[in-house]
Amino acid sequence: MAASPASSNGGTSFLLTLLVKRVASGLLTLFLVALVVFIVSGLLPGDAAQEMLGQSATPEAIAALRQQMGLDQPATIRFLRWLAGLLGGDPGFSMVANMPVADIIASRLPNSLILAGLSTLVAVPLALAIGIASAMRQGGRLDRALNTTTLAMVAVPEFLIATIAVLVFAVQLRWLPSIALMPASGTFLDLLRALAMPILSLSVIVVAQMARMTRAAIIAQLGLPYVEMARLKGVSPARLVLVHVLPNAIAPIVNAMALSLSYLLGGAVIVETIFNYPGLASLMVNAVTSRDMPLLQACAMIFCGAYLLLVLVADIVAILANPRLRNR
Amino acid sequence: MEPHVEVKGLRVTAGGKDDSAITIVEGVDFTIPRGGVLALIGESGSGKTTIALTLMGYARSGCRIAGGSIRLGDTDIRTLDEKGLAALRGDRVAYIAQSAAAAFNPSKRIMDQVVEPALIHARMDRKTAEAKAVILFRALALPQPDSIGSRYPHQLSGGQLQRLMAAMALITGPELVILDEPTTALDVTTQIEVLRAFKHAVASQGATAIYVSHDLAVVAQMADHILVLNKGRVREAGAATQILQSPADEYTRTLMAAARPAPKPAPVVVPAQAPLLEIKGLFAGYGKVDSAGRPEIPVLRDISLSIAKGATLGVIGESGSGKSTLARVVAGLIRPASGSVNFAGARLPGGLEQRSRDQFRRIQLVFQNADTALNPAHSVADILGRPLRFYHGLKGAAQHKRVAELLDLIRLPASLADRACSGLSGGQKQRINLARALAAKPDLILCDEVTSALDTVVGAAILDLLAELRRELGLAYMFISHDIGTVRAICDDIMVLYGGTAVEMGPRSAYQAPPFHPYTDLLVGSVPELRAGWLEEQAARPTPPAIGPALEGADLCRFLPRCTARIDGLCTHFTPPRRHLPGGSDILCHHPEAVN
Amino acid sequence: MSAMLDEKKAEAPAPGWVARLPLAGKVGLGLVIFWIATAIGGPWLAPYDPGAFAHQDVFAGFGAVHWLGSDYLGRDVLSRVLSGARYSVGLAAASAIAASSIGTGLALIAALAPRWLDEMLSRFMDTLISIPSKIFSLVLVAAIGSSLPLLFLIATLIYIPGAYRIARSQAVNLAQMDYVQVARTRGEGSAYIAVREILPNMLHPMLADFGLRFVFIVLLLSGLSFLGLGVQPPDADLGSLVRENISGLGEGAPAILVPALAIATLTVGVNLLIDALPRRRGSKEG
Repeated sequence: MAASPASSNGGTSFLLTLLVKRVASGLLTLFLVALVVFIVSGLLPGDAAQEMLGQSATPEAIAALRQQMGLDQPATIRFLRWLAGLLGGDPGFSMVANMPVADIIASRLPNSLILAGLSTLVAVPLALAIGIASAMRQGGRLDRALNTTTLAMVAVPEFLIATIAVLVFAVQLRWLPSIALMPASGTFLDLLRALAMPILSLSVIVVAQMARMTRAAIIAQLGLPYVEMARLKGVSPARLVLVHVLPNAIAPIVNAMALSLSYLLGGAVIVETIFNYPGLASLMVNAVTSRDMPLLQACAMIFCGAYLLLVLVADIVAILANPRLRNR
Repeated sequence: MEPHVEVKGLRVTAGGKDDSAITIVEGVDFTIPRGGVLALIGESGSGKTTIALTLMGYARSGCRIAGGSIRLGDTDIRTLDEKGLAALRGDRVAYIAQSAAAAFNPSKRIMDQVVEPALIHARMDRKTAEAKAVILFRALALPQPDSIGSRYPHQLSGGQLQRLMAAMALITGPELVILDEPTTALDVTTQIEVLRAFKHAVASQGATAIYVSHDLAVVAQMADHILVLNKGRVREAGAATQILQSPADEYTRTLMAAARPAPKPAPVVVPAQAPLLEIKGLFAGYGKVDSAGRPEIPVLRDISLSIAKGATLGVIGESGSGKSTLARVVAGLIRPASGSVNFAGARLPGGLEQRSRDQFRRIQLVFQNADTALNPAHSVADILGRPLRFYHGLKGAAQHKRVAELLDLIRLPASLADRACSGLSGGQKQRINLARALAAKPDLILCDEVTSALDTVVGAAILDLLAELRRELGLAYMFISHDIGTVRAICDDIMVLYGGTAVEMGPRSAYQAPPFHPYTDLLVGSVPELRAGWLEEQAARPTPPAIGPALEGADLCRFLPRCTARIDGLCTHFTPPRRHLPGGSDILCHHPEAVN
Repeated sequence: MSAMLDEKKAEAPAPGWVARLPLAGKVGLGLVIFWIATAIGGPWLAPYDPGAFAHQDVFAGFGAVHWLGSDYLGRDVLSRVLSGARYSVGLAAASAIAASSIGTGLALIAALAPRWLDEMLSRFMDTLISIPSKIFSLVLVAAIGSSLPLLFLIATLIYIPGAYRIARSQAVNLAQMDYVQVARTRGEGSAYIAVREILPNMLHPMLADFGLRFVFIVLLLSGLSFLGLGVQPPDADLGSLVRENISGLGEGAPAILVPALAIATLTVGVNLLIDALPRRRGSKEG
């Protein structure tokens, strides 16, 4: 392959095509996920109309209500109408709460975003620091200690961490409140005090996961020949990791981050419940208990959408960080 | 005069710090005068790279420098701490690795990496370093020296990357340059250019050099002194001419013999029989096949050959010539796009689904890399037993007996039968690979670069084995290789492949002396001879004569871009015809008398 | 490379591998064995009937008679944990075995099948994997309920795609190996190749993956039980025990700490053990 003048036009359009394909693939998956959620939530016989009127209702009453709710239409039509509603911002009406689903979600979504956002802000820098430091001193005492600790932390259930946090900070030390009450008015510091333990409980596991994957990504690079070559040029260990290894490790690290952050979505379910935090995840748990299917479906789609978005961003960063794809 | 490099009693161990450590290098002494070139020669496991790396105070992970003294000028390398060593590396001592493709950081531009040693050792500022780099690029005969620095490694070829590594090593003007098998990964026709460039660059710097290799002929061109190593110990040391002409040590003599395999006598083949394998007009490749029978991505074009029962055909080509594809087509792994493949008189189906068990049995494929060709989860008995069971229905005691016979046939002890494959050496594994093929009682064995991954001595032994088996069992071979020396040793007929076309085809005798096809000429001329001074004798290849634009869409000679004998107007517009040379071979060329 | 280092290459765990485990691995192994034994023989060792109101006080602390105190109804915590462990371990183990086996089987089929089948299967699995597991479990429980057999089904279904994805990437890599090409040119059928050539080389990584699956499933099921959506009364697994005793959090009663710690020691133990197992050459773990 002889050196040829850089064909920048051909190169950028190739890159663009790759990115467009990736986005299209993500949208397709989102569509399929919606299909799965819709099918699964409709699995049991007996539908919302029956639920509402109870056992003693007459078949005619049920049929009438069914028609009014639009439940007598064939499944494909119902699916497409639901999907259209989702995209338009109106995911339906909750019979159980007697409110539009959109309103219920709107009151809770910002809380979840705040929790997730703050946890991310705490977790990502910490995890990167731990992961990089461990990898640089691979095999040393610090690395082995951190490795065992993170290995253990990854497997611990969230409610144990939350329980211990409450015991230590709320019960023994009395620094923090044990229930996360959102202050109606208050300073940012009050907010932090209220959220400290939920953030802590969420972050511990996420930090452990991300740190492990970061460390693994860097160590995988350290075994490659170009690293030995750099050492033989006299490159210092710090420069080796920061200037030589990191650009190549971006893709797996960002990938690890996306996976771990998506964990935040699921882990929030436990943490929000244990701290009575009014977020989207605890809302979803309530929807399950009360069998509020429209609300449940909408919440599920939000979480899935968030996950797919994270993975998409990670993939795009990986594509852009790869010089083979950037310069054909 | 004070030697520039002095090593005494060097000892390197692997494993733990205590008694569990294994010594991998012991008692090595040598000196190199300033500006001299010392070659470290040996096979894998001989410790040559390990020794070369100790000159930078570096040992690969798991190993440590346990004893001896290493001096570079006034510096005792073993007394340096990490900082001292880092200051030494890349500045006073530079390293050129075996595989440039792997040694460059894929995410950084070439120029950034080439000037890095100069910058981190504070030798010069960025601008000066870049200017010096461009001068070096020019001296190393790299294309577009002004702009090549802005490329990424994946955009360049192996030969170019190798020379860029040399530039990276020389930019700080080091006292000592270590070249670690720098041309092993290159095609033989590229190698000669790179060798020439290295020799010139190192000499013009006035640097001392250590050249590590397993290839005696290459070493003969590059070194003044040679150190022959085996299992971490020095077997022989002396001036290059002396060692090459009259080696004193037994091991050195084995190496010399293996480097140039003598032609094995061919058993008499009765030519009147119908050919065993006959291929006519084969086109093969990847992707969809169009109406004319041409694949979207063509690999092989219009190949015709025939192999008689018990005869050997050698197929020579470099990377990208399509030689492995040919073997895969015959084995059924790739479907031909058009053309016919006949075996034992009957049409051979293109895909695996339509072949009969008998056809599977009679054609066997042996791969290059025995590490990946043998399933690590199976024992030797499993591997040999399966074809016996599959083709001949042998079970139990009968199978056991036959496995022992096969092991004997490949000259391995019968006790090996119960061992797992992963513990065996490279040569042993390749023999098992062969035995598996023999278990089927085939008529034709396709040998795909079977000695290329092995050390020269071990590979020579495999060649001997192949020749013996041929005599004993009347096997026919298609022997594929990139090494013309090996092919000349055991094949009756030889076909030269370039860019998927058979540019020359003829009996072994036709390749002893010119005339050849221009590519064959280049190939034969690029193989270094086992004597010093050969490199200097090869005049730098003349550049190919200027030609006008080639005719679009015409089926032209594949060698056109590199051919030094090309004729404007003829080679650029017409498909080369088949000509018969007086030496006995057929070539595809326009040139009336081919190349002398 | 070096012939001398050839003999040191590690093969499948040789005898004596237990002694060679690092400390963390030994701890993990000990915990795993402890919990397996508890799951099998637990209820017989329990000093009291798990449902009996054996203690005078509720939320009693550690004591001589009731080693781990009493729960919110005065029942013996030790006995309840011993019988609860059986649900946690048993259900998770069964699901993990099912998920790993089915995932591996499907992956082998996909690796050797025609392109279109592989595409379809992989696209389907990718879709399922895109739904975060806790979210998916909530949707499934809401849809079909949470009896014990259904929980087994739900856990298996959620974790098949992960096992499939790992198994498939292994199988596809192995299918490119030269020894598989050799088998094909010999005329072997797909079934032979899958079972005799590919599968034996996948066992080691899939075993490690099985361990991970087990850990995920334990965490998922105990999480569900904690939310009241998992194992239903009168059955109780360790997660349910944490849930019912949540009011003891303020006092720091063992009734809530012990089940939570029990889950943690189980999952952490398995994790430590898997991480410490000798690796085959060529595996890409961190």
